[in-house]
Amino acid sequence: MIQDLVIAIVYIGYALTVLLLFGTVLTWVERKQAAVMSDRIGANRAYVRIPFTQVKLVWWGLFHGMADGLKMLLKEDWKPAAYDRLAYMIAPWVVFTPVLLVFGVIPFGGTLDPGKLLSALPAVADWFGERSYPMQIARLDAGLLIVFAFGGLSVIGAMLAGWSSSNKFSMLGALRAGAQMISYELVMGLTVLGLILIYGTLDLNAMVQQQSGLVLGFLPAWGIVYQPFAATLFLTAAIAENKRIPFDLPEAESELIAGFYTEYSAMKMGLFMFAEFIEIAIIGALFTTLFLGGYNLPFLNDSGFALPGGHVVPLAHGTVVVLQLSTFLVKVLAMSSFQILIRWTLPRFRFDQVLMFAWKFMLPLCLANLVVTAVVVFLLQR
Amino acid sequence: MNRRPHVRRQYWNAPTMSWWERLYLPEIVRGLSITGGVFVRNMWRWMTLRKGALTTYYPEETRADYAANNRGKHILTQRPDGRPQCIACNMCATVCPAQCIEIDAAFDPDDPAHPKSPSAFTIDYSRCIFCGLCIEACPEDAIRMVRMVPDFPGRDRERMWITLPELLSWNPQSDVAKPYPGKTGTATFRESR
Repeated sequence: MIQDLVIAIVYIGYALTVLLLFGTVLTWVERKQAAVMSDRIGANRAYVRIPFTQVKLVWWGLFHGMADGLKMLLKEDWKPAAYDRLAYMIAPWVVFTPVLLVFGVIPFGGTLDPGKLLSALPAVADWFGERSYPMQIARLDAGLLIVFAFGGLSVIGAMLAGWSSSNKFSMLGALRAGAQMISYELVMGLTVLGLILIYGTLDLNAMVQQQSGLVLGFLPAWGIVYQPFAATLFLTAAIAENKRIPFDLPEAESELIAGFYTEYSAMKMGLFMFAEFIEIAIIGALFTTLFLGGYNLPFLNDSGFALPGGHVVPLAHGTVVVLQLSTFLVKVLAMSSFQILIRWTLPRFRFDQVLMFAWKFMLPLCLANLVVTAVVVFLLQR
Repeated sequence: MNRRPHVRRQYWNAPTMSWWERLYLPEIVRGLSITGGVFVRNMWRWMTLRKGALTTYYPEETRADYAANNRGKHILTQRPDGRPQCIACNMCATVCPAQCIEIDAAFDPDDPAHPKSPSAFTIDYSRCIFCGLCIEACPEDAIRMVRMVPDFPGRDRERMWITLPELLSWNPQSDVAKPYPGKTGTATFRESR
């Protein structure tokens, strides 16, 4: 039992590290990618000087994130004169915490066999024995439901923030956030239903394992191959959930100052921003898990590469684990980068267009996709 | 405005979209491929050690494409022996609308033709508006503006003052009016700091 606890703590530590690191690095990626896309250089002046030397580490402006964090921490935490104290205080956390919790059910690697992995240390290896663990913090049958349950919570945070700061702009932003996020949550849920029909499970790890094979002998059996339509709609709805351009109406700065977090300053505002950046990574991770085969590489299984034509390249357990972990991270980073590409390409919708897009355009498409999927799955099962 | 709220108003410049554009997705893919293409192109330039941006690294790098008519920096013309032409009459300082010129006069009884000369000549570039009125006012053709830019960036405003040695450290290539003593090298403003 203690072994399980140790592994769980290791997983949680890994997940937290990865998420917070993604949150920090993505601010840099966003700045730099936006700059390069528009023929600029991007922030490149912050540096860390090695003490007692004149060596200044610039590292392509990576330290601007640190400078930002420090600025957020040291700024005056200004509070509006009239506000709902409790709601105002907890709102950033209500936005931030669910974003982290969603990662709890996402599998970030295959099966971990600590006994095999730590065979160099016989005492530890014996202690773990034959136990093996899926690389996922919580392997729940209702994994996908948990994702949507926690994903829905951040609406409450945005509404709380807007309502409690007693500011018209905040209120408008909160109302927009509520209307928009509830609409797109529906779309998001419906796009995933097709996958549930195909895989017959809500357990994300089982879903990923079913994506490990090949279709037609050459295509990886990823969700995007079965459901390309749903993948596109899911990504769109997810970006709308994250309230980023082209769907950033709740915080449209040219209309509403900063929307529902107008009255927040210092680290409270930083938490909103941080949650947004971590959610980019979470959306990337969800998309990877559902549509891009999660930690799977084509031809890779738990014992090594099985290439077509009977070639087998056996790999050590440690290598496979590292390969799967890094595959997942690379996929997530690529998806995050793609979201940033979208954010710096498209202009903002008008608010009526946002809702119209959800209810009149995406919802019928989702339903059509669902019906077609259901019919095909039914015919194939007979 | 007497209209039913649920009827959408018809605008004269309402956008017309073909059904292909109404599909959203192809147009979005087109836009993404444009921006993504620029990203890939600039990254490729950067990886092949070229510059992938239009930005100038300002203090380290000055742009090469200033206009031919740009006159960004003052100089003081010199007599054949290298002393400033300036007679410290203070007319430039008087006419200066930004009041950024400060002149201290020195007296030299051994030179009866030009007894007055500047012992200090300071232009505060944090105030200068580059109007050129000092050049117009000068009776001696002693101050001119040349095609250079002053070295602005610094941590304090004292660094934005230009002083007499810097005003004199320039190398005229040719002047039809007066012969200049030959100097070696082209003294740029930055080197003179």
